[in-house]
Amino acid sequence: MSLEKEPVRIDPVKVEHLLAARERLELPGAGLDWIDALRRDNARRFEELGLPTLRDENWKYTSVKPISKHAYTPVSAGGNLTAKDLHRFDLPGLDTHRVVLVDGRFEPRLSSTVSLGKGVRVSGLAQVITEEPALVQPWLGRLAAEVEHGFRALNSAFLQDGVVVIVPEGCRIDKPIELCCVQCSESEEIVSQPRHLVVAGKGSSFTLIERYVSVHATRYLTNAITEVFAGPGSRMEHYKVQQESTRGYHIGSLLIEQQAGSQVVTHNIALGGAIARTDIRVRLAGAEASCGLNGVYVLNGRQHVDNHTRVDHLVPDTASNEFYKGVLDGRSRAVFHGRVIVHPDAQRSDARQQNKNLLLSRDAEVDTKPQLEIYADDVACSHGATVGQLDDEALYYLRTRGVSEQTARSLLTFAFANDVIDKFDLTPLKSYIEHILTSKMFSVADLEEMI
Amino acid sequence: MLSIKNLHVSVDDKPILKGIDLEIGDGEVHAIMGPNGSGKSTLANVLAGRDKFEVTEGEIQYLGENLLELSTDERACKGLFLAFQYPVEIPGVSNIYLLKAAVNARRKHNGEKEMAAAEFLKMVKEKLKLVDMKEEFLQRAVNEGFSGGEKKRNEIFQMAVLEPTLAILDETDSGLDIDALKIVADGVNTLRREDRSMIVVTHYQRLLDYIIPDFVHVLAGGRIVKSGDKNLAHELEKEGYGWIRDQSAPGAAA
Repeated sequence: MSLEKEPVRIDPVKVEHLLAARERLELPGAGLDWIDALRRDNARRFEELGLPTLRDENWKYTSVKPISKHAYTPVSAGGNLTAKDLHRFDLPGLDTHRVVLVDGRFEPRLSSTVSLGKGVRVSGLAQVITEEPALVQPWLGRLAAEVEHGFRALNSAFLQDGVVVIVPEGCRIDKPIELCCVQCSESEEIVSQPRHLVVAGKGSSFTLIERYVSVHATRYLTNAITEVFAGPGSRMEHYKVQQESTRGYHIGSLLIEQQAGSQVVTHNIALGGAIARTDIRVRLAGAEASCGLNGVYVLNGRQHVDNHTRVDHLVPDTASNEFYKGVLDGRSRAVFHGRVIVHPDAQRSDARQQNKNLLLSRDAEVDTKPQLEIYADDVACSHGATVGQLDDEALYYLRTRGVSEQTARSLLTFAFANDVIDKFDLTPLKSYIEHILTSKMFSVADLEEMI
Repeated sequence: MLSIKNLHVSVDDKPILKGIDLEIGDGEVHAIMGPNGSGKSTLANVLAGRDKFEVTEGEIQYLGENLLELSTDERACKGLFLAFQYPVEIPGVSNIYLLKAAVNARRKHNGEKEMAAAEFLKMVKEKLKLVDMKEEFLQRAVNEGFSGGEKKRNEIFQMAVLEPTLAILDETDSGLDIDALKIVADGVNTLRREDRSMIVVTHYQRLLDYIIPDFVHVLAGGRIVKSGDKNLAHELEKEGYGWIRDQSAPGAAA
């Protein structure tokens, strides 16, 4: 697609001034009233909000100053990525319907969605907005309309490209759909703003893997939004695997609305990035809707990862179960802020929330804030957070069995993180993440043989 | 096999063991009895290499080597095994992983190749029968959610798999009902061999009805105040520990 066209060159600008760059880009659907309005409203909101600061309660522990210090170039076309380049991102043993975004732009050449059939739509957002906007009009921007911070407004003010997944009523997709967002440009300081839309029809069932990876160890900014509408009785298992470059910045929002009887499980796996923030919002809007929010973050060096979740129990008989675990080494820092709000009508809500952290170094730091707000009286809720070190008793026990101290440490660290990974339904992805985790955290070769 | 001479041990500068002498020959079973707080568990853990205990005086020779110079895991690799009084729960690490790691650490230490997976599994399943445990037990996390009896049986099971040269059982009988006690004792008795020595630490004589010791030592106030054969345990059962208070006063140790 973009290969024939000469990409537009745009001078790098600071994030605060990024809106101006829109004029140089050919944004899809320009001239359509609702699209224009969506962009205009969000541009105005961005002007009002600016970028979040530490004074903002929801950004109290995450400074975006390192991000706003640099000037970024928005891209009009994705870089040159070949199918061969993509192999490095293969998930061994896992066959997926892979859809590829290069520098934030949908790349049909590298995407395989032909065999989906049964009325399933997996297409580039820009193309859909241009060719059949009515397909996405009822959904696009509805959840992102709650503009909690400037980054979210900025993404909607561009509304440039991403992936649309529409699964019709009753459809079961056996193979996972994999959205592979690849940062490919060799140039420093590119900004990409993927925008995904997922609509799960009544009673449909599928798995979606959202990945963020990079070819080069460059500095860049990914500012993504994924909106998910889970229809009545639908089932979705969602994985977000964030493996941005260690110099990259990642701001992402996963916004979910669930109808009656739907079941959504999200696994939020944060491994990369210099600063990475993920917002997850779940609206339990129909009776018997339930969600599971699992997360694991494994950090070292000076990485900073912030996971900010909010579950709204809006109606009676809904359930949420959140389980986040983090392992921090070096001078890394993690933030966990989990809000659960049980609204006045939401009787018989069942809400569980837990965050556990393991600090491997004296210089690592965690700020954790589980937060329950209950406005109904007949509910079952629990929450808790822990921050700790490796258990000396367990280390001693392993060593009395002949396991060396280093291996014992690795084994216990791995075991700590592994009970979140154990919740993955996709076994090959489980092995893949285990492998990444061990190679990131441990120098011990023999651990791999053990697990 | 094991020779302890004038062993003094402190925890946080507080003396716990105050001059222990003990000789253990090949294939012997020694029972160490004594009231609470006498230092029995300290002795067991010092032998295993717990680093919070500081040896301030004395020496320990094990198989002709200075035991105190070996790290905890080196001791284990050289055949020393401690069955814990309170076995530790390790969520996320299954029994089978732990056993594989332990067996292979030892083999590596001895310059042997790792055991083939099939051979290992066969061996492990064989040993499970010894303590009357089901195979599914192997996949469970180490001691997690185990009953008191299961934890103690797991210790004996590990001992059976690791085939130690010197096994130290630290109050393995505590918290066991009579049926569990019999299973544990039967397991231990099956593992008795001419070249394997054992130290059985216990508060009660009850365990010694099933595991018959060659020698019994009474530990009190950080010293061994009396040694004898298995009949000493029966004496203690009859008379309690009251009588030793007089003998454990400073300077009274034999």
